[in-house]
Amino acid sequence: MKSLNDKKHMSGTTFLLIITIGLFVIMYAAGMIAFAEGGFAKPQMFLNLFISNAGLIVIACGLTLVMITGGIDISVGSVTALVCMAVAYQMEVKHMSAYGAIFIALGIGLLFGIVQGFLVAYLDIQPFIVTLAGLFLGRGLTSLISTEMISIKNEVFLSWAKYKIFLPFGSVNKKGIFQPAYIYPTVIIALLVVVMMVIILRYTKFGRRVYAVGGNQQSAMMMGLNVRRTKMQAYVLNGFLVGLGGFLFGLNSCAGFVEQAKWLEMDAISSAVIGGTLLTGGVGNPIGTLFGVLIKGTISSLITTQGTLSSWWVRIALSALLCFFIVLQSIIVSRNRKTR
Amino acid sequence: MADNGKLHLKKITEHHLFLPLVCLAVVLLANVIKTPNFFQVSINNGILYGYVVDVINRSSELVILAVGMTLVTAASGGQDISVGSVMAVAGAVCCQVLSGGQVSVNSFQNPFPLAVLAALAAAALCGAFNGLLVSKINIPPMVATLILYTAGRGIAQLVTNGQITYVRVEAYKLAGGYLPGCPVPTPVFFAVGIVVLVSIIMKTTTLRLYIESVGINGSASRLVGLNSTRIKFISYVICGLLAGVAGIVASSRIYSADANNIGIYLEMDAILAVALGGNLLGGGKFSLAGSVIGAFTIQALTTTLYAMNVAADQLPVYKAIVVIIIVTLQSSVFRRFITSKLPAGRKPLTPVEQEVEVQS
Repeated sequence: MKSLNDKKHMSGTTFLLIITIGLFVIMYAAGMIAFAEGGFAKPQMFLNLFISNAGLIVIACGLTLVMITGGIDISVGSVTALVCMAVAYQMEVKHMSAYGAIFIALGIGLLFGIVQGFLVAYLDIQPFIVTLAGLFLGRGLTSLISTEMISIKNEVFLSWAKYKIFLPFGSVNKKGIFQPAYIYPTVIIALLVVVMMVIILRYTKFGRRVYAVGGNQQSAMMMGLNVRRTKMQAYVLNGFLVGLGGFLFGLNSCAGFVEQAKWLEMDAISSAVIGGTLLTGGVGNPIGTLFGVLIKGTISSLITTQGTLSSWWVRIALSALLCFFIVLQSIIVSRNRKTR
Repeated sequence: MADNGKLHLKKITEHHLFLPLVCLAVVLLANVIKTPNFFQVSINNGILYGYVVDVINRSSELVILAVGMTLVTAASGGQDISVGSVMAVAGAVCCQVLSGGQVSVNSFQNPFPLAVLAALAAAALCGAFNGLLVSKINIPPMVATLILYTAGRGIAQLVTNGQITYVRVEAYKLAGGYLPGCPVPTPVFFAVGIVVLVSIIMKTTTLRLYIESVGINGSASRLVGLNSTRIKFISYVICGLLAGVAGIVASSRIYSADANNIGIYLEMDAILAVALGGNLLGGGKFSLAGSVIGAFTIQALTTTLYAMNVAADQLPVYKAIVVIIIVTLQSSVFRRFITSKLPAGRKPLTPVEQEVEVQS
């Protein structure tokens, strides 16, 4: 009986994952055909998707975890801004070392994770309300540190940010000189996080508890799982990843300012949803989330390369895509329920 | 005799408006201590002046939004976070119709009623979109409204072609300013009108009963013959429509359509007003009066913080702390911990969980 249900469930999720990956391939191929001049055909353009979205990949993975438990975290954008600002402030004004800044970043993320997790898991407050308060708290604290933009000039930090890892392939430029493709260390960290999340969710007890809690909280509780602790752990791990992602974000932008990462929560949620994570919980896959982020990145590069469309088209296109996937998921879920 | 007094006190403290009024009183008291002339009202040039007038005037949009938010919260157990963006859309449509597509005009290009109707239609459409996702497709309300929360400002930008459309016509400024010969600011009339109108609808029709029963248990309501899908849908349309009214007032206040700034962060304040008013955020019974008091409390708090020279950017910090305190006090687990101080056993389900359990 169990395996039967599992199979039904898997078919729906696999279907969503295939749609996501297919959509990405089609969009990127369309970009290659339409904007071959714009550099879409070069391998570097593809790697740039990872470079510019490394922080988002990490944060969206954490959010996927929280969403699988049936919760949500909309504070990630403002916590990212807070992390960047705190890191920049500590290094530039307080002259902290870049190594110390890592601890600041992770500490802020963890603190938000612990407090929000406690309120959600142990006080039964709706996750959305808790993290909405977190959203405003993070943004407010950011402007409390400084309303001016602080750009990071710390040499160690910049050496991390600018360290290029060259790859054995590349493209030939107009003068016929071979240019190797490169990535930054942030990309490796982001991909490591994705791999780690896949391992955690698929092969550990904690991962199974997360799926169980999201699938049906009541049954999970009756089975003797500690629902509260699982939720708490998910939020704390998410907080840690937001701290890490915020640090990667800082490495990418080398600055802290109040408006930073303004729509990040929306990007992260839509990436997870487009990647097949169910909003009702219980279903989700970090691989799908990774492709969700890549789709978002492709949309923005398509619109930037196109040139005549305004930047808010990215938001509208992403919202439309999000809407499409939400409706699609809802159809698949209700079909699954009927066949069961 | 002593028992009788106790009973009276209990009756008062258990009234659903007791806590909201205490909150408002605390904020007002802090104001009186800080600025002794807080309640002073004077008339200059035929217009009322004073802190209190300012609070009541500035809270008009919030009151209108809070009424809609209360209905949505009660019916669906979730909040509509797109109201600020819907305000921006309504303001953009209204100004764009009035200006006939130009960036700045000194006379109406189209009739005023047409613009208002178009703006309200756009807002109602937004509400209908949210309602469709929530009631028909069963998406958690706050995630469903997240779509318009982000897309809304983009749509508003699209309507105004990415510019700020100015309507420098005296007749348009009336809605956000003062009627000739009337000392009370016009937005107050809008707020009072909306509250009275919705209260009358709630008193004279069965809508209130339906909304509350759907909010308490949607499945049970469906079984006794209520169309819970339609009632949720209607509550979202009303919420969108009211956000449209608030958007027109807000854009009239600055006689322009500023897609980026109209109604920004107001969704948070509206949710907070509902919570402060003693309404359960999980749906069910609701009190419009409570939400209105909550809206005044928030505006008084905002005005106070401004008076204390807190920068606009930092306001969210204090508001977030207030939200956390309120929702913690409202949480059943916390209350049980305080009342019993016994280790929590198997927890009773919150209304949301009950609904989830019934549906699954």
